[in-house]
Amino acid sequence: MTTQVNEALIRSLTPSVLAVLVRRGADFAAAEDAVQDALVEAVRAWPADQPRDPKGWLVTVAWRRFLDATRADAARRRREDLVDEEPVPGPTPTVDDTLQLYFLCAHPSLTPSSAIALTLRAVGGLTTRQIAQAYLVPEATMAQRISRAKRTVSGVRFDQPGDVATVLRVLYLVFNEGYSGDVDLAAEAIRLTRQLAAAFDHPEVAGLLALMLLHHARRAARTAPDGSLVPLAEQDRGRWDTKLIAEGIGVLQAALARDRLGEFQAQAAIAALHADAPTAEETDWVQIVEWYDELARLTDSPVVRLNRAVAVGQADGPRAGLAALAELDASLPRHTAVAAYLHERDGDLATAARLYAEAARKAPNLAERDHLTRQAARLNARRRH
Amino acid sequence: MAKYLLLKHYRGAPAPVNNVPMDQWTPEEISAHVQYMNDFAGRLEKTGEFVDGQALAPEGTFVRYDGEGRPPVTDGPFAETKDLIAGWMVIDVDSYERAVELAGELSAAPGAGGKPIHEWLELRPFLTAPPTITE
Repeated sequence: MTTQVNEALIRSLTPSVLAVLVRRGADFAAAEDAVQDALVEAVRAWPADQPRDPKGWLVTVAWRRFLDATRADAARRRREDLVDEEPVPGPTPTVDDTLQLYFLCAHPSLTPSSAIALTLRAVGGLTTRQIAQAYLVPEATMAQRISRAKRTVSGVRFDQPGDVATVLRVLYLVFNEGYSGDVDLAAEAIRLTRQLAAAFDHPEVAGLLALMLLHHARRAARTAPDGSLVPLAEQDRGRWDTKLIAEGIGVLQAALARDRLGEFQAQAAIAALHADAPTAEETDWVQIVEWYDELARLTDSPVVRLNRAVAVGQADGPRAGLAALAELDASLPRHTAVAAYLHERDGDLATAARLYAEAARKAPNLAERDHLTRQAARLNARRRH
Repeated sequence: MAKYLLLKHYRGAPAPVNNVPMDQWTPEEISAHVQYMNDFAGRLEKTGEFVDGQALAPEGTFVRYDGEGRPPVTDGPFAETKDLIAGWMVIDVDSYERAVELAGELSAAPGAGGKPIHEWLELRPFLTAPPTITE
């Protein structure tokens, strides 16, 4: 068995092991530290000697660590009662415990960055170093962020029902984070969302999982070998992962059948229509516009209306797209890039080139900036000939 | 070892030799430029001289304290600001000569026509911690 496989298994057990400790009366912050210690120990020890009951092993080691830490901490003398007691086997943690952990780590009292860090550590089982690398901050900074987050939720009762919308928001943010490090955040977000979907039957959880799977399926086609962005219409669809697409569509259809539409299901439906098209030309833009209308009703987000303008441009022609765009605030992110694209399709290359160059100056990341500059350069080169 | 900041300017540096705006290059020239920059950073990582590199958006805001209980004042962006940083690279090298050599290499990144831009980069030494042995 490779170390890789072990790590995946070890980390998948994180929330249930943590839940056992909390159920036995350990406070969340101390239990979380103890589980991290046990995970590190497992990564070290298991490649040579994998226990037959991995979860039992982790619980035993984590509980021992918790007791050691509690004993060592004189200020926590009041917990001595607990220490002297042999741990009762305790109630078997259920999937509900995993769900409670998600709620706790995405608690509304936490800022998004704190909730993300805490979720990745306490539910995902990542180390502070791995999370710090993924988000390009010093390890000490991430350690502080996590311990502050733990303090913030320390008073929250473990059995309080939470809001699934905050959990989904956190998982969505993890998935959408483009940074690279040792940890594949997109894959990690999918793993955590799968785990949540297994613990909690909810159409929007399924919708988010479908959305992630459908976007992840296109990942290999999204960048050229030199790292530059490849727009959807130009992607080599042969490189899309058909297995992930089939899974995503299956999950989405089951969710939609329950007739409780939400924003993630609607977004996934749009991604599914793109995935369904054998070529960019065969995309069902009319249906995509309808889904954007639905999405605009659900969220009232200006970003949705901007994307809708692109879809309208495809369904009814660039003039219609520009008309839809004219109704939106020009200071919206990517507004200029969308205008450039629609003007190009309308045949006004001079305006399009000027707008692409302007959009490049406003681009929020390097890959987009390079892409937009290339678009301007491409049109300028064509105009010179 | 000494740390140096290599500063790249949108505005404020003397005009480069090959001074053509990027949107007037061909897409292939842009790709070659991006590749050169990536390769340069990759090479410095391999030699153990790379510390950090970041690009900055062109638009920024000036902010200052405005007194107890008042929100900070913001102003700008100022179109007339002479100096506008585009990005930086921090290197950790053995000597000033090595820092100059690397800055020269970075400035040779290809631009329009595939020819070096000869862009002016600003090289600034970090102020260091005081040494232990002083006499």
